[in-house]
Amino acid sequence: MIAYIIRRALYAIPILIGVNLLTFMLFFVVNSPEEVARLHLGDKYTTQEQVEAWKQEHGYDKPLLYNPEAAGLDSLTDTIFYTKSVRLFVFDFGNSDSGRNIGHDIRQRMWPSLAIAVPSLILGLLLNATLALMLAFFRASYLDVGGVVLCVILMSVSSLFYIIGGQYLVGKLLQLVPISGYDTGYEAVKFLILPVIISVIYGIGSGTRWYRTLFLEEISKDYVRTARAKGLSEQWVLFRHVLRNALIPILTGVVVILPLLFMGSLITESFFGIPGLGSYTIDAIQRQDFSIVRAMVFLGTVLYILGLLLTDISYTLADPRIRLR
Amino acid sequence: MWVVLLTDFFLYLLLAGVALYVGFVLRTPHLRHAWRSVMTRRGGAVSVVALGFFAAIAILDSLHFHPRLEQPGAQVEYSNEILSVFDILAGPLRTQVERTYSAPFAYHAHSKETRETPQGRIRVYPRLEYAGAHLADPEQERGWDITVRILRGALLGAGVWALLLLGVRLARRLRGAQPRAEGEAAIPWRSVAVTVLLILMLIGIVTQLAGAYHVFGTDKVGEDVLYQTLKSIRTGVLIGTLTTLIMLPFAIALGITAGYYRGWVDDVIQYIYITLNSIPGVLLIAAAILSLHVYLNAHADEYASLAERADLRLLFLCMILGLTSWTGLCRLLRGESLKLREHEYIQAAVAFGVSGPRILMRHILPNVMHIVLITVVLDFSGLVLAEAVLSYVDIGVDPSMNSWGNMINSARLEMSREPPVWWSLTASFVFMFALVLFANLLSDAVRDAFDPRVKR
Repeated sequence: MIAYIIRRALYAIPILIGVNLLTFMLFFVVNSPEEVARLHLGDKYTTQEQVEAWKQEHGYDKPLLYNPEAAGLDSLTDTIFYTKSVRLFVFDFGNSDSGRNIGHDIRQRMWPSLAIAVPSLILGLLLNATLALMLAFFRASYLDVGGVVLCVILMSVSSLFYIIGGQYLVGKLLQLVPISGYDTGYEAVKFLILPVIISVIYGIGSGTRWYRTLFLEEISKDYVRTARAKGLSEQWVLFRHVLRNALIPILTGVVVILPLLFMGSLITESFFGIPGLGSYTIDAIQRQDFSIVRAMVFLGTVLYILGLLLTDISYTLADPRIRLR
Repeated sequence: MWVVLLTDFFLYLLLAGVALYVGFVLRTPHLRHAWRSVMTRRGGAVSVVALGFFAAIAILDSLHFHPRLEQPGAQVEYSNEILSVFDILAGPLRTQVERTYSAPFAYHAHSKETRETPQGRIRVYPRLEYAGAHLADPEQERGWDITVRILRGALLGAGVWALLLLGVRLARRLRGAQPRAEGEAAIPWRSVAVTVLLILMLIGIVTQLAGAYHVFGTDKVGEDVLYQTLKSIRTGVLIGTLTTLIMLPFAIALGITAGYYRGWVDDVIQYIYITLNSIPGVLLIAAAILSLHVYLNAHADEYASLAERADLRLLFLCMILGLTSWTGLCRLLRGESLKLREHEYIQAAVAFGVSGPRILMRHILPNVMHIVLITVVLDFSGLVLAEAVLSYVDIGVDPSMNSWGNMINSARLEMSREPPVWWSLTASFVFMFALVLFANLLSDAVRDAFDPRVKR
């Protein structure tokens, strides 16, 4: 097990190098720092001196991969590739283009993101599993068919409509909660209610439908027939046998996204003005702050790989038949 | 003078591909059977008809040309503007531009204006230039006028439908009755006919109303919202289809070679797709689009017109979306060909000395096509939804292009006005919801018909 984890962690290194090379290519090779500087300063009436000053200020004035002017090891380290990309490996994200420390920002903005993501995940999981179990209990009835149709309808609505509609209905017409904003401590709860509810509702369609399929798959197996044959009631079969076995794929599906919860939800956070990592990313994209986007790409990749590793481990915990080699 | 934009070209290519595929299906019994079973489901049949309607608009909107300028001299000159056949058909929708916001079916503007009169300044709702302009006393006549137009439009649609139905009946009678094969379910013709009737009636009603009113109101600069949302169909359909068209060759080629050859080929391909897959999708798209921004910014003067630049950006968006979405299909295909290569018929082919590429083309590819088809149809609705989100984050299509994402983006501010401007949001909601819903229904039917794991 330990050997497996170590091997998987080592396997992550080439992937991270690949991701880093890719973002490096996208930001520095396809577009020279010169062009980036001109984009930030505004294209017209920008003198060459201003461009050079901007590049120097943000550390873009070095050569890309190899610095012939520096001596010894410095010829490799005093380059854009080393300062901007290799340093990410030790989670040193450096400064954003507007001069703030990215690592500090991330640590600070992580908590509001979690405050939305964790309750939405738990509530959504409980609600979807309950609804799906209900549909599976009444399978092939009008309730089941109607429920599935409703799920498809819910799935066909863009997340943007849920957010705009919810904000308008609950925030503006009923005035139950503030439309957007954030506060520290317990005051934050009233800002969190609406985004959490909306993310849960948004997830109902696809979640319930998927869980229903899982339950139905489990119901058609032999051990369920055996359980029924020995005279157990349908409720007992569903809760004691089907639910417990169907929980394996459900929980492992959840584990893979657990680390990514830190990244927050881009759309929800930006609509509700919550200072989490999602809105941080969106702001960076809209301000075209490449340093932050690069840092977030790297962080997201690390968390995703971590999620995959956790999934494998949780499989062995949930199902003793699986052995990791 | 006809113009073929880049995305148009790819759409024509796609249409040619679809035509070839349809021909192939008609010649291949088992595919014909599977598609027939898609059509025997009510959801499948209805959504094929409805999606056909969306596709027709998208195709009409992709036939572009430079309009000829009206000039007295003998010399023929063309305008710089690019129009499509759909723009000509839409006629008044495009040309009847008001000054600013107006509500659906309104005859006056959304907000009051100050007028100088002999009695002093007064605040009035100014009458619109085009909508309801034919009414002398709009307050009294409008309701009746709208009712008459709706009835006339519905009758017109029903009339065309009846003619169509008669034509189909006649054709069937002339061809003679064809006995259905044993065990084949009937295609729900009644549902199809009702869908066609509803669509025709809607078209009839809209054509009757469009010249005289703004059915979905007008936006900030007075453009008809119905026109915008109809134009957005092309953007949505293109993103949903071109993305898969662009990614398909890579996904198929890499997927089946990795699965069939295994060894170091498999390792390399797996490394590529795991790396791409590890980057959260939105961030990869954002990174790619941002560097595209820089590129377009640096080479701004190389593109003749705004439309061409927006078009290029749409194509790049499709490519980037394709770059992020091919990995899923590639993994599925790799797994399937890993399984297939152990089958006896493949081993027989190897024993006969058939070359690797030939085995891939002749034996593996046809047997994984059902996975490709299911993925293509399944991805479509997700891509249409993704466009809206990406445009909201400013990494979607060009802001000057008509798209549901851009409409929702501007509607966000409009909703906080007092009174709210709700019609842009409603219009984009209705059309986007319809497109995605039908795509979802179709994908369910296709999966049921083609996926061997689904028990029937």
